[in-house]
Amino acid sequence: MQIPDQIEREVLIDAPIERVWALITEAEHVGAWFSEAGAESDLRSGGAMRLSWEEHGSIEARVERVEPERLFAFRWPLFGETIAQGNSTLVEFSLAPEGEATRVKVVESGFAELAIPEDQQRRHVEENTEGWKGEVGHLVEHAERVTA
Amino acid sequence: MVEHADLFAALGDPTRRQVLNILAERGEASATAIASQLPVSRPAVVKHLGVLDRAGLLEERRQGREVLFSVRPEPLESASRWLAVVASEWDRRLAALKRLAEDS
Repeated sequence: MQIPDQIEREVLIDAPIERVWALITEAEHVGAWFSEAGAESDLRSGGAMRLSWEEHGSIEARVERVEPERLFAFRWPLFGETIAQGNSTLVEFSLAPEGEATRVKVVESGFAELAIPEDQQRRHVEENTEGWKGEVGHLVEHAERVTA
Repeated sequence: MVEHADLFAALGDPTRRQVLNILAERGEASATAIASQLPVSRPAVVKHLGVLDRAGLLEERRQGREVLFSVRPEPLESASRWLAVVASEWDRRLAALKRLAEDS
């Protein structure tokens, strides 16, 4: 019955924490494992982030927290290309040393705060199935584009 | 007219989750019966039922003077599948990060 408000995933990486931190946060590395068409980011709280995929284009995200070699958090739009009311989730990477290795945990949260603004809801109702299919399309697209 | 976003918004409220749990336990129930199990008024329950209904989560049928509500699970299943996809994308990304980090 319950749908979780967040997703948690983790991985143990056999590399030192400073290297893992650099790969997660430095724009020139992010393209190698996340957004293959490139990334730009202003690495400070409130800083702008842009992630690009060849197939799906670019989105504008926002850096939320930066605690070097511990925590990196950003907010990104789930549908649409920029952050607006009710369309984004928070992604938090936390890093911890484990012997010589690094444990990386990702939490994506805020699914329960998603909402379609009322004016758009009306438009969706008017567009009937068209609107519904479109929105699901965006969500699936979001889920897919981040793999690329 | 169900949206995942509306669905998550509907489920984000603890009282609404309680309403769903009550309906799941009882099979079906009227707004009055639901209100009797919660520390909120019947009008508040009716409002929550409206939000759940707009998210596609309710079925209702009339019995005499009462309307009985029950849970329509399909949107929950669809949202669960979608979240599972989102989670598996993170697995893939973390695996790619691991390969990259260890590849040196």
